[in-house]
Amino acid sequence: MKKILKYVIVDIIQNKIVLIYTFLLLLISLSVFNLESNAAKGLLSLLNIILILVPLISIIFSTIYIYNSSEFIELLVSQPVKRKSIWLSLFGGLAASLSLAFFIGAGIPILLYHADATGITMILTGLFLTVIFVSIAMLAAGITRDKAKGIGLSILLWLYFSLIFDALVLFFLFQFQDYPLERAMVFFSFLNPIDLGRVQILLQMDISALMGYTGAIFREFFGNQVGVVLSFFGLFIWIAIPLFISLKKFSKKDL
Amino acid sequence: MIVTKNITKTFGKLKALNDISVSFNKGECIALLGPNGCGKTTLIKSILGMVVPDKGSIEFNGRTINREWLYRSQVGYMPQIGRYPENMTIANVIEMMKDIRKDSKVHLDEDLIQSFDLGALMNKKMHTLSGGTRQKVSACLAFLFNPDVLILDEPTAGLDPVSSEKLKDKILLEKEKGKLILITSHVLSELDDLITEVFYMQDGRLMFYKKLSELKADTGEEKLSKAIAKIMVA
Amino acid sequence: MKKVLYLILISYFAVFSADAKVIKVGKTRSVAFIQRAVDLSQNGDTILVDPGLYKEKNIIIQKSITLKGINYPVLDGENKYAIISIKAKNATVEGFKLQHTGRSEIKDLGAIMIYDSYKVSALNNILEDTNFGIYVQNSKRCTIEDNSITAYGKDEVQSGNGIHCWRSDSLIIIGNKIKGHRDGLYFEFVKNSLIWRNVSAQNVRYGIHFMFSNRNTYVGNIFERNEAGVAVMYSNNIHMYNNHFLNNWGDAAYGILLKDITDSDISGNHFTKNTVALHMEGCSRIKLYKNIFNNNGWAVKIQASCDKNDFNRNNFIGNTFDIGTNGSLVLNTFTGNYWDKYEGYDLFKDNIGDVPFHPVSMYSMIIDSNPAALMLFRSLIVSLLDKTEKILPGVTPENLRDNKPVMRPISL
Repeated sequence: MKKILKYVIVDIIQNKIVLIYTFLLLLISLSVFNLESNAAKGLLSLLNIILILVPLISIIFSTIYIYNSSEFIELLVSQPVKRKSIWLSLFGGLAASLSLAFFIGAGIPILLYHADATGITMILTGLFLTVIFVSIAMLAAGITRDKAKGIGLSILLWLYFSLIFDALVLFFLFQFQDYPLERAMVFFSFLNPIDLGRVQILLQMDISALMGYTGAIFREFFGNQVGVVLSFFGLFIWIAIPLFISLKKFSKKDL
Repeated sequence: MIVTKNITKTFGKLKALNDISVSFNKGECIALLGPNGCGKTTLIKSILGMVVPDKGSIEFNGRTINREWLYRSQVGYMPQIGRYPENMTIANVIEMMKDIRKDSKVHLDEDLIQSFDLGALMNKKMHTLSGGTRQKVSACLAFLFNPDVLILDEPTAGLDPVSSEKLKDKILLEKEKGKLILITSHVLSELDDLITEVFYMQDGRLMFYKKLSELKADTGEEKLSKAIAKIMVA
Repeated sequence: MKKVLYLILISYFAVFSADAKVIKVGKTRSVAFIQRAVDLSQNGDTILVDPGLYKEKNIIIQKSITLKGINYPVLDGENKYAIISIKAKNATVEGFKLQHTGRSEIKDLGAIMIYDSYKVSALNNILEDTNFGIYVQNSKRCTIEDNSITAYGKDEVQSGNGIHCWRSDSLIIIGNKIKGHRDGLYFEFVKNSLIWRNVSAQNVRYGIHFMFSNRNTYVGNIFERNEAGVAVMYSNNIHMYNNHFLNNWGDAAYGILLKDITDSDISGNHFTKNTVALHMEGCSRIKLYKNIFNNNGWAVKIQASCDKNDFNRNNFIGNTFDIGTNGSLVLNTFTGNYWDKYEGYDLFKDNIGDVPFHPVSMYSMIIDSNPAALMLFRSLIVSLLDKTEKILPGVTPENLRDNKPVMRPISL
């Protein structure tokens, strides 16, 4: 397992895309912090990067990488290694290298310019989203044999999580405007890792506005320790479940 | 050594393997023969655990291979088309395989690397290699760990006659050590000196599995190719 | 001539020395009770009280005397009584610790009650666990200075106000610290008064609450973490300068709620981390300039019932929403403010943005009608909606805009 992981990581690092991604993030982070008049505003601009770009790059790169590793997978499957190790190594390699890229590209600038609770929540959320979308990519690549279809599926999944889901929730909110929807909103936010991460950041950034939220349920739920623990547990589940399903698929896959 | 019991595998509508039960033993050198798409490669891949059969079971040294992986350290596999991580060099690939199989504590058999003269190409990236050179790499990897079982899928396809001959010599050498060798090939003529048994499949079914000598006796032919041709016509 | 002067001097000293008697009160002295000393005193006398615990029920002062504690003697109301009641001219209460006033459904009981008085001062006292702290009624020119007033009120019904003023004129209220009451400062029908450098924090209801109190000036006060922030209503000619409104969180908590306030000035105030920093309804002709709105949920919520208010040279920084409103009617002006959300450009380099800024975001209007939607804030769909609205305004009031937004924060 360790050995395979090593080869995956070396391979990904040799792959220039992750380096370019790191550099791009670094460029964006440094420029938003330097160009914006205050660091808080820079952080706000970075928020969009974290909620949109990070999942996109993570899921697309991972999907393509998994398809491009088919030779590697084939080679290893006939060798005395567990399939589970191969798959988990791929996941581990992708998650580790993309997380590292995110941490260097966005995490360090945030720590330099805005090392408070908001900044740290943002880094944590970014790291979680990176790993979650690697995990979702594993699933997308695991259930489709065709590369084009697989990439299409992952783009669709990204679109769903970053846009369509929220649009549906918004639609729902307006349809059922007259009902108390706070509980439903708590529930909904667990159905989308991006929302779950976003809520954590909202709690830091817009706490004043959230405190005025008429239904206190959201505040009570997410505002205390249990809520925070539950949210991060939710994010963890979002890593585990797609990975677990893809692992099941892969252990029965014909190569 | 390898026993399959009623294994069946379908891909969509195609029945690639239909109720195959067979037992391959130590010291045998078996030719897996049959027309294109008859399920040879599927059978091989099933034995390697790369394809999971729908039904039936496969045993290796008396233990079922379902979800097992360690038995593969006793198997050397040379695929029909060797596919390797494109931006690794030959040396990288060989090093990686050594690294991964290191704990099998066997004497490394690097004869083929030398006889194929791969040393000079060690730093070439896989995507720059010709088909033949890839085959050589595949062959080297299959023999490298001195396995008890060799599974060779079209081993000589794409190799030049000299290399082909070298590979055959190597196979003979290993056969004499009493290993189990499974070979598929379309070039029947080159199998004559190698094999001891013939395993013939058609449309996913086992047609027959007998000793080469028996087959020759039955058909009255001296050459394997002739004998097979006779069967196919019949 | 010389003789006359001498006579005047003599008579002056005679009067003065007659007034300037000092009565000392203490457990070991001939006068052991404060009330007794008060009864013995005459106008102009000073009563000095030794340290110790005094349980004297309600001390009543109706003379022009100075009652002064040495090292904060403790006056205890035993949870039953008001502690000191004053109905006088020129009286002073200074340097006491007053604790445990009574509570009553019928009567307002407080630590220092000032009725129908003139020029009465309450200075440098410590009030603890009081129902009402300092209670002023029908009085003029009273001074309440440097008192520390702490209660432990749990709900609005059970507790009184820290400094409660009713029907009074020309009061001076300086440097008091008020905590844990219903309303920290309460004024009703109070005119021409100065409220300066007070800290009113963590009160059960409002930090300051006034109604029908015209021509008052509030300078340099701090209102922090009050359950409902600050509420001021039905008054005119209010001047509020350099106050801080901090951390007032809740669904009905405002940095400051202005209701029916007219002809007033609000300047140099800091509004930080409030759910709604400034809520205005039915307000007219208020000049708001050089205020700083920082990290609030909503910096300003201005109802359509407001008119002719002018926002000029304010800084809006890091607020979730800058302006919220409930209608399309806009009769107020916004000019030359700094908005950190402004994305326009300044080609002339005159520090004035070349395109107007619309401080009302579409999503703030959505949230106004559907609060649960706040949870989708900062999501991609919401950003897209807001951007679309910026290009094609449909929901937000078109004429609520700042035509001359400045590019850099105004240094204040």
